[in-house]
Amino acid sequence: MAVETLEKSEPKKIFGKPECLIDVNFHFCPGCNHGNVHKMIGEAIDEFGIQDKTIGVAGVGCCVFLYNYVDIDVMEAPHGRACAVATGLNRVHPEKIVFTYQGDGDLASIGLAETVHTANRGENITVIFVNNTVYGMTGGQMAPTTLLGQKTTTSPYGREFMGDGYPIKMAEMLATLEGPAYVARVACNTPKNLMAAKKAVKKAFKMQIDQMGFSFVEILSACPVNWGMTPGKAHKRVSEEMIPYFPLGVFKERTHADYM
Amino acid sequence: MKGNEAIAEGAMRAGCRYYFGYPITPQNDIPEYLSRELPKIGGTFIQAESEIASINMLMGAAAGGARAMTSSSGPGISLMQEGISYMAGSELPGLVVYISRVGPGLGGIAPTQGDYKQVTAGGGHGDYYTISLAPASVQEMFSLTQKAFELADKYRNPAVLLADAILGQMKEPVEIGPRPKNLKVELPHKDWSLEGNKGRKSNLVKSLFLGDGEMEVQNWKLFEKYKKLKEEDTYFEEIGTEDAELLIVAYGSCSRMAQSGIDLAREAGMKVGLLRPITIFPFPEKAVAEASKRINKVLVIEMNTGQMVKDVKVNVDRAADVFLYARPGGGLPTPDDILEQIKKYY
Repeated sequence: MAVETLEKSEPKKIFGKPECLIDVNFHFCPGCNHGNVHKMIGEAIDEFGIQDKTIGVAGVGCCVFLYNYVDIDVMEAPHGRACAVATGLNRVHPEKIVFTYQGDGDLASIGLAETVHTANRGENITVIFVNNTVYGMTGGQMAPTTLLGQKTTTSPYGREFMGDGYPIKMAEMLATLEGPAYVARVACNTPKNLMAAKKAVKKAFKMQIDQMGFSFVEILSACPVNWGMTPGKAHKRVSEEMIPYFPLGVFKERTHADYM
Repeated sequence: MKGNEAIAEGAMRAGCRYYFGYPITPQNDIPEYLSRELPKIGGTFIQAESEIASINMLMGAAAGGARAMTSSSGPGISLMQEGISYMAGSELPGLVVYISRVGPGLGGIAPTQGDYKQVTAGGGHGDYYTISLAPASVQEMFSLTQKAFELADKYRNPAVLLADAILGQMKEPVEIGPRPKNLKVELPHKDWSLEGNKGRKSNLVKSLFLGDGEMEVQNWKLFEKYKKLKEEDTYFEEIGTEDAELLIVAYGSCSRMAQSGIDLAREAGMKVGLLRPITIFPFPEKAVAEASKRINKVLVIEMNTGQMVKDVKVNVDRAADVFLYARPGGGLPTPDDILEQIKKYY
């Protein structure tokens, strides 16, 4: 009886690509989490039905090809300047949804001033920050978030505090400001964390839709190729090395628009 | 009205509703004026954290389809060059007002024309140019600001209005009429702008072209725009060149001093004329070439060690002699200084 029912029923789609993602293969390296993050953004856009009013601002680096995968209006920002570019777009189109998609070199090094001041202005945009502790596209150089002891092509003996400083904790730093409405850090290393990450991305977009102000999600990601690891080992490293230094959680959440 | 204020008022009347800037002398009257006046007409003023942020906010607003501007001076403009290059590469219009201060480095706040080559050569990385206008009066600070927005939109390229502390700070009568009560400016919709893809394909604003040969195509495309700009929108003024035996080429505030010197020379019976570039990019190449066929002695006067003189030299008739009177570092030539130079070469 049960078998019969199964045969008769139409196949039900339980897992698929978000509608707003273009049907092409990602160019990202094996084990990279950019694809996951693109999917989370796509799902959030679909679920809120905002594809035709969303404008993405892509940072420089592996993030830049956002427009190859998400079918929305997209602008390329100069290296580090995505938050300033998004500010201009947001002021011209305050009723639209503007988000930036940036990596650690872009957001936390060359673009630190733009990031901090845009957050401090409480600019009503969403920032999706992919932190994989290296400059990916340029070939794995030391980033502002590179962990102590981590070997990269420009820290061949491992990052040392004396000389290189400590890795920057962006979520904690931004949470000290009055401007941001939502600041969270999530990770892509386990199915459970992926679910939480998706929830945080969606929450960040919701904050913007509700005009609550600046929302920021830091997503800990693996870069197996530049870490010289297999994808499995890389995700293990996220659990064992990254999360202890970059703890997951919501660092700030405004419950009502009290910033006026 | 003050020159800097005329720029601000001109921008508002040209439909500019977005200003992004960072304080620097001698252009502070512009952000001060706009921070006061823009909110009254529903506009947006942001004091950015740096000139880098200013130009990138301008870039975002321009990508959103709006008329937007920033203003600054030497050190700030140097910081903006990255953004200006991206704007040219991404084909985004916008206005950068440049009220020069003497450099290099922190330099001083005295008037100078030492930034001619930076502006006319593009300024940032890559094979591009900005549409560069050089007003010589407060009236032109007003009118050329409007012209700059118009040309920036026409060519989808950033425009630079280059003036100095004299023009920015001096007061002159201007004929602009009262500001209309409802300052609404109807501008055509920009089909390429970013505002969400409702009812159309997604738009993309970018300057990255990694494919083999793509950048060559893009560079030729930009080149064609500059060629058209040169043909259709080169502006200059000639005063008293019909009977002149000595031609002075000067622009901006320097052309005003040159004119005073020319007036003294005319009183003394010397036939001297002035050719004043209004667009410094595109440079009035043909006008210089033609005038120098008739007038074989050309004196270039500029407030630098000799920058525009190079553009004059490559365009003058072969038979013409080109002389230079250079006053760099904030030095201002007086009408008598100029008369002396005229006597020397006449």
